[in-house]
Amino acid sequence: MATFFKNLIKNKVMLFMVLPGAIWFFFFSYLPLAGTVVAFKEYRFNRDGFWASITSSKWVGWDNFKFLFSTNDAYTITRNTLLYNIAFIFLGLILSVAMAILLSELVNKKMAKIYQTGMFLPYFLSWVIVGYFAFSFLSMDRGLFNQILGWFGVEPISWYSEPKYWPFILIFVSMWKSVGYNSVVYLASIMGIDKSLYEAAMIDGASKWQRIRHITIPMLSPIITIMTLLAVGRIFYADFGLFYQVPRDSGTLYSVTNVIDTYVYRGLKTTGEIGMSAAAGLYQSVVGFVLVMVSNFIVRKIDKDSALF
Amino acid sequence: MANIIRKKRDFHNVSRGWNIVLNIIAGLFAFICVFPFLFVVIISLTDEKTLATNGYQLIPAKWSLDAYRYVFESGDALLRSYGVTIVVTLVGTLISLILISLYAYAISRKSFRYRNFFNVFAIITMLFNGGMIPTYMVVSQLLGLKDTLWALILPLAMNAFYIMILRTFYSTSVPEPIIESGRIDGADDFYIFLRIVLPLSLPGLATIGLFSTLGYWNDWFNALLYIDDPNLVPLQSMLMRIENSIAFIQQNSANSSLSMTALQSIPQDTARMAMVVLATLPIIFAYPFFQRYFVQGLTVGAVKE
Repeated sequence: MATFFKNLIKNKVMLFMVLPGAIWFFFFSYLPLAGTVVAFKEYRFNRDGFWASITSSKWVGWDNFKFLFSTNDAYTITRNTLLYNIAFIFLGLILSVAMAILLSELVNKKMAKIYQTGMFLPYFLSWVIVGYFAFSFLSMDRGLFNQILGWFGVEPISWYSEPKYWPFILIFVSMWKSVGYNSVVYLASIMGIDKSLYEAAMIDGASKWQRIRHITIPMLSPIITIMTLLAVGRIFYADFGLFYQVPRDSGTLYSVTNVIDTYVYRGLKTTGEIGMSAAAGLYQSVVGFVLVMVSNFIVRKIDKDSALF
Repeated sequence: MANIIRKKRDFHNVSRGWNIVLNIIAGLFAFICVFPFLFVVIISLTDEKTLATNGYQLIPAKWSLDAYRYVFESGDALLRSYGVTIVVTLVGTLISLILISLYAYAISRKSFRYRNFFNVFAIITMLFNGGMIPTYMVVSQLLGLKDTLWALILPLAMNAFYIMILRTFYSTSVPEPIIESGRIDGADDFYIFLRIVLPLSLPGLATIGLFSTLGYWNDWFNALLYIDDPNLVPLQSMLMRIENSIAFIQQNSANSSLSMTALQSIPQDTARMAMVVLATLPIIFAYPFFQRYFVQGLTVGAVKE
């Protein structure tokens, strides 16, 4: 005990340094962790505050989960979250790596820099702004798409109430926003590849395509593996802004735009089914945790330095 | 000599035809990325009546600055939300830089006895989070931050990922001997941090600062959860509210006389697009800095301790 206090005093400056951050983690990460217990309760708001609300709510065990999984919602939101993320991971990987290789091959480096600057822009914009952008194309009576369709004599489409178009729209918007940014990550690693490898291959008579195929892509594969596995670890989390702002929270589109995150939000703010949406949130956290652990374990096997922990 | 070098370079490069094709692909994608912003700028500069008859056009029949005039004349709400966003962004970035740089420094020092404990304490938060509902309950009920600016600032102030990036940065760019020599000269840990470590890690701090600035500027989610008071609505959230109130009126347009007057009090299409442009402009201006430090930050984050 005495040595413990001695150690505390010896490390007091450092302890003071971590203290503000540790307090933040306590309130914004660890207390909410304890708060997940509401998933097992029939939540009743109590005006005496946080603890009172939790303790006075009736314990219902697994009932919230039973209700959640007896509805179609659980299936829909899980399916949407997973399928969209799988599409984002695959397409994103192919497009970003292709774009990075393409940029690295451009003869005029100044032009490459200009293109890169343009591609990077969407990453910096908020989903609200992107939602407005999408609206300028998809608006029923004023949007650019319907005008273009009009030139060919096609009837205007009510984009915001036709679910069948939305998987494509959401995937496109997601790629539009992220490919530029991700290609920069890959481009940075391409720039780091030893140039003498290419020279040696050239002397051996390798064509441009062979050099890309047998040098660039193998040299990129560690970072590709790691980025992909980290994304797989987050496959149960959807980008709330993309699924909430871009479809403008349109109810008719829920079958293809509702993901776990938007479902939880609506439970909290619109439908008031706190218990059920807390259950959905906990379901997400637990499965998400397992996936992060598994993918990190695999990353560690491949390349110890690139693992999260 | 020059000729030889030139020839060598030609060998390295793709053929002329391919180069043109690649340029077209890259240029086209870059254009697609920038085009929506340009389009919104054009819409905001269109005459309102022209817009009503022709829709959003690439080359409007009649240009007009009315939207911007309208926004600046009747734009109390816009100015106020600009103010909210600027305050939140500045205070928030400052707070998060202080919290993150201190925490990251302590866990980067091998002499800190509880280093591993606090390292794990941060990493756990990356693996498992309570999710939206418990967080909402803590912030609104326990901390009582609802309808305060703190609800926009504090939830974004820390992030274990940034701590890891900065920790790596400290351990790669601040050599241990420098810290040791400071210690031999009798400086305490805090002094060493302030006078030696911080100046050496400015690029790392700039990266984290920019990530954080961008996060605060673009945040609408916390306002969606915690802010009802119209005086505390940040910029992104205000743009969202205008959108929602229009959708609400249109959905309930059975009561048409009421909805007509309500619609008139809401900024028209061009004015809304002008607001979108005005909310985006600061980012466009800060763009060169962002781009430089983001690329740097990405490469910093890629190297781990």
